[in-house]
Amino acid sequence: MTTEFKVHTLAEMAANGQEAELLFWVGCAGSFDERAQKITKAVAKLLHKAGVKFAVLGTEESCTGDPAKRAGNEFLFQMMAMQNISVLNSYQVKKIVTACPHCFNTIKNEYPQLDGHYEVVHHTTLLNQLLNEGRLKIEGGAFKGKRITYHDSCYLGRANEVYEAPRALIEKLDAALVEMKHSKAQGLCCGAGGAQMFKEAENGKQEVNMLRAQEMLETGATTVAAACPFCMTMLRDGIKNNNKEQEVQVLDVAELIANAMDL
Amino acid sequence: MYQSILFLVVTGISVYFFAKNLAKIRRNILLGKDLDRTDQPALRLKTMFKVAFGQTKMTTRPLPAFFHFIVYIGFVLINIEVLEILIDGIFGTHRVFAGLGPVYDLAIGFFEILAALVTIACVVFLSRRFIYKVQRLNAPELKGFPTKDAAGILIIEIVLMGALLKMNACDQLLQARNIEHYVHAGSFPVSQFLVPFFESWSTESLVLMERIYWWFHILGIFAFMNYLPFSKHFHIILAFPNTYYSNLQPKGEINNMASVTQEVKLMLDPAAATPEGYTPPSSFGVKDVQDLTWKNLLDAYSCTECGRCTSMCPQNLTGKKLSPRKIMMDTRDRLEEVGRNIDKNGSFTPDNKNLHSYISEEELWACNTCNACVEACPININPMEIIVEMRRYKVMEESAAPGSLNSMFSNLENNQAPWQFSPADRGNWMHEA
Repeated sequence: MTTEFKVHTLAEMAANGQEAELLFWVGCAGSFDERAQKITKAVAKLLHKAGVKFAVLGTEESCTGDPAKRAGNEFLFQMMAMQNISVLNSYQVKKIVTACPHCFNTIKNEYPQLDGHYEVVHHTTLLNQLLNEGRLKIEGGAFKGKRITYHDSCYLGRANEVYEAPRALIEKLDAALVEMKHSKAQGLCCGAGGAQMFKEAENGKQEVNMLRAQEMLETGATTVAAACPFCMTMLRDGIKNNNKEQEVQVLDVAELIANAMDL
Repeated sequence: MYQSILFLVVTGISVYFFAKNLAKIRRNILLGKDLDRTDQPALRLKTMFKVAFGQTKMTTRPLPAFFHFIVYIGFVLINIEVLEILIDGIFGTHRVFAGLGPVYDLAIGFFEILAALVTIACVVFLSRRFIYKVQRLNAPELKGFPTKDAAGILIIEIVLMGALLKMNACDQLLQARNIEHYVHAGSFPVSQFLVPFFESWSTESLVLMERIYWWFHILGIFAFMNYLPFSKHFHIILAFPNTYYSNLQPKGEINNMASVTQEVKLMLDPAAATPEGYTPPSSFGVKDVQDLTWKNLLDAYSCTECGRCTSMCPQNLTGKKLSPRKIMMDTRDRLEEVGRNIDKNGSFTPDNKNLHSYISEEELWACNTCNACVEACPININPMEIIVEMRRYKVMEESAAPGSLNSMFSNLENNQAPWQFSPADRGNWMHEA
């Protein structure tokens, strides 16, 4: 089943005198990265399916400034943050959902000091809620009985203590959730955070994503669930460099749900 | 009588030097910048009881947690006996609490069992470090003093516990011989096994030995107390304030630099009025320990170098130089160096060094800001905050970020994304949906 619908921007909606109940903050990876665009589309389809009246910012969206802040460039971070906040406040945005834990963390925890006050949820939390409320239903069992392991994103897990929502979603697929050696509060980073995504690693024995890939492979899972577009890149590279891309697929939790719903 | 005077003198000297060194540490910690951590006192107390008293964060590794708990309980409870030792020492009494009868007997017996367990735990810890060579206890940053410090503490504890038990062995023999002054009190479930060793000794020798062990025990405690301010073992005191003053915000939040906010506001809107009395900040980020907050410095003095942070660090696990434990050890080393500089010169005199002389760029740029170290620390120390603050200095004062990060910065400025994509293409995915 394919669905066709149009995603509106807040600007379009405002021009038509409409209001959105929710802003879907796409983020840079979700907008530009080819693989992450698929996650974005899955989230959009699920929101549409659940009848959520949502909109995006489109070209009015900018990077939240997370990588600049983590790399120590507070000037650049605050410039980006203030510009975003002025856009968000001009549309009187109240509630934001995002599929990127870095955007989630920054808007939720670091924008309030700069006068950006919003209710921010990660897409896994929102999807879990939509399923619990019956606004979304999983019928097919595409992942029934499949071994799935879940990789905790640092900025969703340790940073904001969201450990259960993505796991609850995986369990709704009737899949067999298996944990890696390091998980939840003890989860091991994919290697991207702290602006590492944008630079070469320092000298050492191994890349961080290779170590994490080994832990994933040790579980015997055929599907690795991620909840962050940066983790997605790192984990896929890790699996690929272990020559296991035929056996093990990496999917975002939203893609798992969308696939199971045949969207 | 002369023993009492000697005891008072020794106690006075130890307390004096201990207090003096505590004051020095307090002064060093207060060299740090202000930070308000007085909000939510109820939650702070709860955190302290849970994390420091309850040691809840230790339990991720059950074996060391178990033995550490024994040493901790032993330390706290056996020190109740030190109160008796102090009173006996000052007034020349012997087992002054003996009047408590069965309660006293039970307590002494319990302390003996604890002393034996503490000894076993210390042997376990020594063997983990030196025989089984647990990786986190044999890292490069522990070479030299830190390893001697760790071994020294464990050996002192074993020796002190031994002195306590041997003292009791002599004492119970003297009690059995109905020697005056040695009241019948206490129960000796452990030291009874040491009795055969002393049984053939004359009463005079036993009296002497009992005194020697008594003095050895109390002098050992005083020595231990005065060693603490120089040791990683200072955590037994600072773990409590350090957890009380924990960060209560979500771990993902990195502090907002208010000084930058004002500058950016002026930059974005030059017409905006400058607040009265506004002085532009003189520097950004952390160059030296004085630029850290007092909590960062308290963290450094609280660290007992257990290395749980480093053993969870993704970069360290993959063989990179970065070790969160070393960040804390370097911070303390530099702070103590600054402290000695102040002792010598009255106030800090520049010495051509700073915290960056201890912590290299290679370490700073490796961090994933993943918070694994922060989560792993049993007493809520935050090495990551120091790394981010030092990056801020590198970027905003020295423009010394790695080239690839500078490219990322210019992409953000020009394209509003960390990559070189055109902002106009941001919505393209929508048309392909």
